[in-house]
Amino acid sequence: MAGPTDARAAVEAVWRIESARLVAGLARLVRDLGVAEDLAQDALVAALEAWPRTGIPDNPGAWLMATAKNRAIDLARRATTYERKRDAIAHELGLMMAMGGASVVAQAEDEVGDDLLALMFTCCHPALSVDARVTLTLRLLGGLTTTEIARAFFIAEPTVARRLSRAKRTLREVRADFEVPAGAELQARLPDVLEVVYLIFNEGYTASSGERWVRTELCEEALRLGRILAVLAPREPEAHGLIALLEIQASRLAARLGPDGEPILLLDQDRSRWDPLLIVRGVAALRRAEKLPAPLGPYGLQAAIAACHARAPRAADTDWVRVAALYEALAALAPSPIVELNRAVAVGMAFGPEVGLALLERVAEDPALRDYHLVPSVRGDLFMKLGRTSEAAAEFRHAASLTNNESERRLLLARAAGKLGDDGRPQSRHSAG
Amino acid sequence: MRFMMFMYPLPVDEDWKPSAEDMAAMTRYNLEMRDAGVLLALDGMRPPEDGASILFEGREARVIDGPFAEAKEVVGGYWIIQVRSTEEALEWAKRCPGVNCRIELRPMVEPEDLPKQIQEVYDYNLHIGVDDPSAPGADAG
Repeated sequence: MAGPTDARAAVEAVWRIESARLVAGLARLVRDLGVAEDLAQDALVAALEAWPRTGIPDNPGAWLMATAKNRAIDLARRATTYERKRDAIAHELGLMMAMGGASVVAQAEDEVGDDLLALMFTCCHPALSVDARVTLTLRLLGGLTTTEIARAFFIAEPTVARRLSRAKRTLREVRADFEVPAGAELQARLPDVLEVVYLIFNEGYTASSGERWVRTELCEEALRLGRILAVLAPREPEAHGLIALLEIQASRLAARLGPDGEPILLLDQDRSRWDPLLIVRGVAALRRAEKLPAPLGPYGLQAAIAACHARAPRAADTDWVRVAALYEALAALAPSPIVELNRAVAVGMAFGPEVGLALLERVAEDPALRDYHLVPSVRGDLFMKLGRTSEAAAEFRHAASLTNNESERRLLLARAAGKLGDDGRPQSRHSAG
Repeated sequence: MRFMMFMYPLPVDEDWKPSAEDMAAMTRYNLEMRDAGVLLALDGMRPPEDGASILFEGREARVIDGPFAEAKEVVGGYWIIQVRSTEEALEWAKRCPGVNCRIELRPMVEPEDLPKQIQEVYDYNLHIGVDDPSAPGADAG
């Protein structure tokens, strides 16, 4: 029944499951990402050739690893096609294989985990640019093709290929060690790894253009990586904090865009469209982070804020006092004008518009926010709640002049003209809510 | 893409029970899916006689207590996985160290699969399990 296309798809499915572990194990052996990837690719080609005839072996991972290692030994024997350095590596591998026999194939489970974590840290090496880290992670840990990466980021395929080869060269030059950093260095470098997973998620989450399935794909890829990371680094609160944040944000994927692809703000979303399974998973991950002795980090605090929204059946049920307190903790830990602005909104909701306005005026002094349209927009909101409608209208007009987003501008001008309720929503909905 | 994998134990022998090794293999399999970031949820079911069947003939609900001798297959448990393709789901299902069982692999309905008019009234979030009294701030809701 299975035609050649089915067989190919089946091999690719195995590849999808095995490639990261395969590349990770090989990288640890040959200490070179480029060589490891080439060897893994060779094994894939061999599988595509053999499996449609023989069927998929019982332990496809071990088959791929054994094939890749045999290939490495071949390369070591006729070491004329590779650069000198690569020869040396392959030769060394050949010797190791000869001495160790096939026992390296059957690795202990935790070693496999270590290899994967080491590969994550290597892909997010400080010597690489953030773009390079993201691309390398998607390629080697996500198993995405250069075509898929190019499509997801709206860049040309050769750009992706160049970025990948440059990254691998850099790692070779800095002699990246393919080990999980220990102690203080792990603490120092973990944020880089978490950031890459966060960026991959955000790329899928925030862009409203592009092919929808590619976007969903990126979010799911980040979720998968984040879940793996939480398993591999269970004592790191931020690993749990990050996956908690991503699961809860992903729960809103179906609710955050309107019928024409326009973004719908959190408080306006139809909460019945939030995904309960992802919320439950996110809240559970947050609880795991909270149970660890170390306090919540920036991701954990953002997850805790997201959980406040997730717990509220309606926007009006939000525990704003707690949200405001969490923003305060976040501002202390990771100060940023945007966090301060969000905190001012939460404080306004929790303790009344005067208090929010007082905080907002302090926040607005930050030069980074001088031309940021959300400052006058929030100020307009607070004025509106205080009944100072003409001042509110002026703020909304100012905000409209600062934004580049057409639908946002229209909304702000409508509010300036008093056409919307004092919470910015259409009058009918406001009176109903 | 999300899939639900239903496990149906096949009644080849009334007295057959999974061995300790079978159970250990199943645990390894579950952990492998968790470690790969694909497992979203799983549960095992107690035997059907601990439950009930509720039959709707027309709109009338009728409770049928066990034993369910007439039922050829009963669900023994399920997994929910998130994968990139049907083939990947199939590959995971094939790796299950099942003994005398059938696994049914079913793609789950995504909200956008539903017709628009159904989407509008389809509330698939009942906040079950989210409002946890031990959770900070839960009482504010």
